[in-house]
Amino acid sequence: MVEVNLWSSLRRFADGQDKVDVPGKTVGELLDNLVAAYPGLAPVIKAGVSISVDGEILPAVKSAPVKPDSEVFLLQRMKGG
Amino acid sequence: MALDGKTSEYKQIGSTPDRPDGLDKVTGRARYGADIHVPGMLHGAVVRSPHAHAKIIKIDATKALALKGVKAVVTRADFPEGLEGEDWNLQENCMAGEKALYDGHAVAAVAATSALIARDAAKLVDVTYEVLPHVTDVDAAMQDGAPIIREGAADYSVPEGMHPNVVRYFDTGRGDLDKGFADADLVVERSYTTEAAHQGYIEPHACMGQMGADGRGEMWVCTQGHWFIRRMSTAVLGIETTNIRVTPSEIGGGFGGKTTITFEPLSLALSRAAGGKPVKMVMSRAEVLRSTGPTASASMDIKMGMTKDGKITAAHGTFRMQGGAFPGAPVDVTTMLAFANYNIEHVHHIGYDVLTNRPKQAAYRAPGAPMAAFAVESTIDEMCRELGLDPINTRLKNAARDGTRSTFGPKFGPIGLVESLEAARDHPNMQAPLGPNQGRGIASGYWMNWGGETSASVAMSEDGTVTVSVGTPDIGGSRASMALMAAEAFGIKYEDVRVNISDTGALGVNEPTHGSRATYASGLATIKAAEECIGKMCQRAADKWGIDVDAVTWEDGAAKPSGPNAGDHDPLTIGEICAEMGETGGPISGHYEGSPTGFSGSFGTHVVDVEVDPETGHTTVLRYLVVQDAGKAIHPAYVEGQFQGGAAQGIGWALNEEYIYGEDGRLQNPIFLDYRIPVASDLPMIDTVIVEVPNPGHPYGVRGVGETGITPPLPALANAIRSATGLRLTGLPMTPPKILAALKAHGDNG
Amino acid sequence: MSNKIHVTTTVNGDEAEFLCDPRETLLDCLRDRLHMTGVKEGCGTGDCGACSVTVDGRLVCSCLMLGAEAEGKEIATVEGMADGDALHPLQEKFIEHAALQCGICTPGILVASEALLKKNPDPTEEELRYWLAGNLCRCTGYDKIIRAVMDAAAEMREAS
Repeated sequence: MVEVNLWSSLRRFADGQDKVDVPGKTVGELLDNLVAAYPGLAPVIKAGVSISVDGEILPAVKSAPVKPDSEVFLLQRMKGG
Repeated sequence: MALDGKTSEYKQIGSTPDRPDGLDKVTGRARYGADIHVPGMLHGAVVRSPHAHAKIIKIDATKALALKGVKAVVTRADFPEGLEGEDWNLQENCMAGEKALYDGHAVAAVAATSALIARDAAKLVDVTYEVLPHVTDVDAAMQDGAPIIREGAADYSVPEGMHPNVVRYFDTGRGDLDKGFADADLVVERSYTTEAAHQGYIEPHACMGQMGADGRGEMWVCTQGHWFIRRMSTAVLGIETTNIRVTPSEIGGGFGGKTTITFEPLSLALSRAAGGKPVKMVMSRAEVLRSTGPTASASMDIKMGMTKDGKITAAHGTFRMQGGAFPGAPVDVTTMLAFANYNIEHVHHIGYDVLTNRPKQAAYRAPGAPMAAFAVESTIDEMCRELGLDPINTRLKNAARDGTRSTFGPKFGPIGLVESLEAARDHPNMQAPLGPNQGRGIASGYWMNWGGETSASVAMSEDGTVTVSVGTPDIGGSRASMALMAAEAFGIKYEDVRVNISDTGALGVNEPTHGSRATYASGLATIKAAEECIGKMCQRAADKWGIDVDAVTWEDGAAKPSGPNAGDHDPLTIGEICAEMGETGGPISGHYEGSPTGFSGSFGTHVVDVEVDPETGHTTVLRYLVVQDAGKAIHPAYVEGQFQGGAAQGIGWALNEEYIYGEDGRLQNPIFLDYRIPVASDLPMIDTVIVEVPNPGHPYGVRGVGETGITPPLPALANAIRSATGLRLTGLPMTPPKILAALKAHGDNG
Repeated sequence: MSNKIHVTTTVNGDEAEFLCDPRETLLDCLRDRLHMTGVKEGCGTGDCGACSVTVDGRLVCSCLMLGAEAEGKEIATVEGMADGDALHPLQEKFIEHAALQCGICTPGILVASEALLKKNPDPTEEELRYWLAGNLCRCTGYDKIIRAVMDAAAEMREAS
């Protein structure tokens, strides 16, 4: 299981939690399992998110590996000028 | 300021050679968007709504079509139905459907044999409107009773009970705010506003589109990212992405505003309607200001707590932003970055993305960051004043550094905020004496940068020179940076590298030149592709020498035997290997495809001195200093250029630039005379210090530098004006009339 | 169209002629009729200076002059600044000082700067900044442009 940190307004889609444990060896698996466990998060993931794993921000890199002790944050999708 | 032990070993990077495209750009030869001319070309013009909000009852093009030379008129009826999400937003913005949503919104387009005829014909398109109530202010748009721009536009994030104009909601933070504020000796609460500012590139949008009845075609366009333009344009037209090949012209500035589409698909739609003839379209400046960009405007409430020795104990920010008639105001980024300069345990952000009757906002240099910086850095300045603390030391005390947990969650790696503050503190500008009505302002800023989808190729030529092909348009000298990095990787002369900006047919997908990513991501791609070429050249040398490739190294542009079993062979230079590559296995090239994630953010600190004329309220910028972390400056002169350009745009946003809407909801200042960007006589020289804290995620330590520089000027100017006048201005721009009124009110009260 | 005007003029020393609509600006005619696309349009209202050319030696915004008014005049554009392969010192210094980023304002600023240095070979920084106040640049913050022009002026004074 990997602990995924959610931003505050996602709590209402995750039974009030701002940290949830989901299984997954890659970012893609983690996102799929997150939606499976908390279907309310589906539109969030569909709208696009960034995810940070151990401080590195991984935009849409679903193949990126995640370890059980990785520090994972779901972040709002970023856009630059 | 060489902090990287490797720096002294670099042979090419860190030097400032002439840019490869310099000659073309000083002689007028470089071809920009509007410079294309092809046989049989038609010219397009757009019919735009004069109303801020109106129902489109009827569009009658009979008279326009009857004009000699007119070949086609298109309206929304010529576009496919059933699009969703951002594709629908883009389509609706390119061509209004049931309603015109802002002054300048396209309602029809015309193609004719000359630009003059097209413009005449556009005037003959008869549009019947039913004018609706409008709203252009973000706070007004959230009030009960405000006109609803579009029912049902809100997404999953908006809690029930909010006005339908609130279309996205963000809430993020950590810690215990009550505890944090209880620990403070001083709690300050302030509200701030910033107006929309336009990217203000000097080249208006221009394109030429050609599409036949088979739905295939091509486009020439000034853009920051031609793969984005292709995907968006084809989505709007409901055709396969790969049906269109897009060639980027030289680009006359973008700053984020040319990462999206506004009228480009219209050239393709007109071309198809006109039997496949190419259609050229060029915007007027008024069209640029009325219908493209600008950035969002913001209304913000900040509450911060500080101990009397300067430790920030808690921070809360509420950010309301309007990005026009569509979702997309960058409040998501704002709520991540507002307090990111600092190590704060108890922090919370709330953000609202609000619809108004204004043009669809576009990214503008560090989108979402400057507004928040204005509010937060102004508040910190106010707290330092009240507690009698030094603004730089206070920032140093709270500064994020390697290992700090960011206010948006993850921990920072190596970053350069502390170094930028220290370099600012030690700069001679800090010692310059200040006279009456003069003041100094300090502020820091941050942009997190970006990697993004990247594809590049490096091909060896028979003469040993190198051709680099990248997909990120060169807006500010990136060809020079790519050539320097390739020359460094190969160990050859800078002049022996050619850099192409390839079209969509020549490389895999590339994201635009945005997010300060070109030198980082295309640079990394260039180095990786060069390394692949080097590996292949080492193999050719190994084959020739009859040894294992592991016994060959690459040094100073040549393959050399290395190690105990390599034998004694003369080095084979790149020229020698390439001269015979046809007989030794054929062409040699290298590629990189990926989404590099090792980008790392860039922090900066600005120091500005101003003089405020008490008679006129006019602010003169006396001196200006930009200190910023570049990781490693590949071409320092163009790095300085990014710092200076960002500062100048920020100064404009702080002092002058704003979208002014009349009671009728029409834009009052759609020309450069009235939308006044800084001119040469408004500015002093802009001093720069390049800090180099290498980014471990790039082979040479590069961090993107393009965006951070626009973030600190807004608060730095406000803090300087506070220092010069005693007035805390909380609304941008700080124009002479506003300052004069504040001075008068202050005088009357004092 | 029957109401076209036939114009004979001189552009960068060469005779040129074109037919134009009475409403077309000199900028339109230079770009669309004579394909002098080094002259840029940034605003069309005389505010940005990207279309700067000289007409009989006088600096003008070509977007504010009608094409028909070019009859019998001597027009000079950025395309005529270099002497064959030899760049004008201003052009050289712009490249050397990295005084352009996107480069769209560069032709106009080069033409305007050349016009200043013909009148005043030794401008102060302030004089130069006010002279160029009608030429907008959004990329550079003007710092490197000012340095390039001052350096070119110094070199040209030395050479003369």
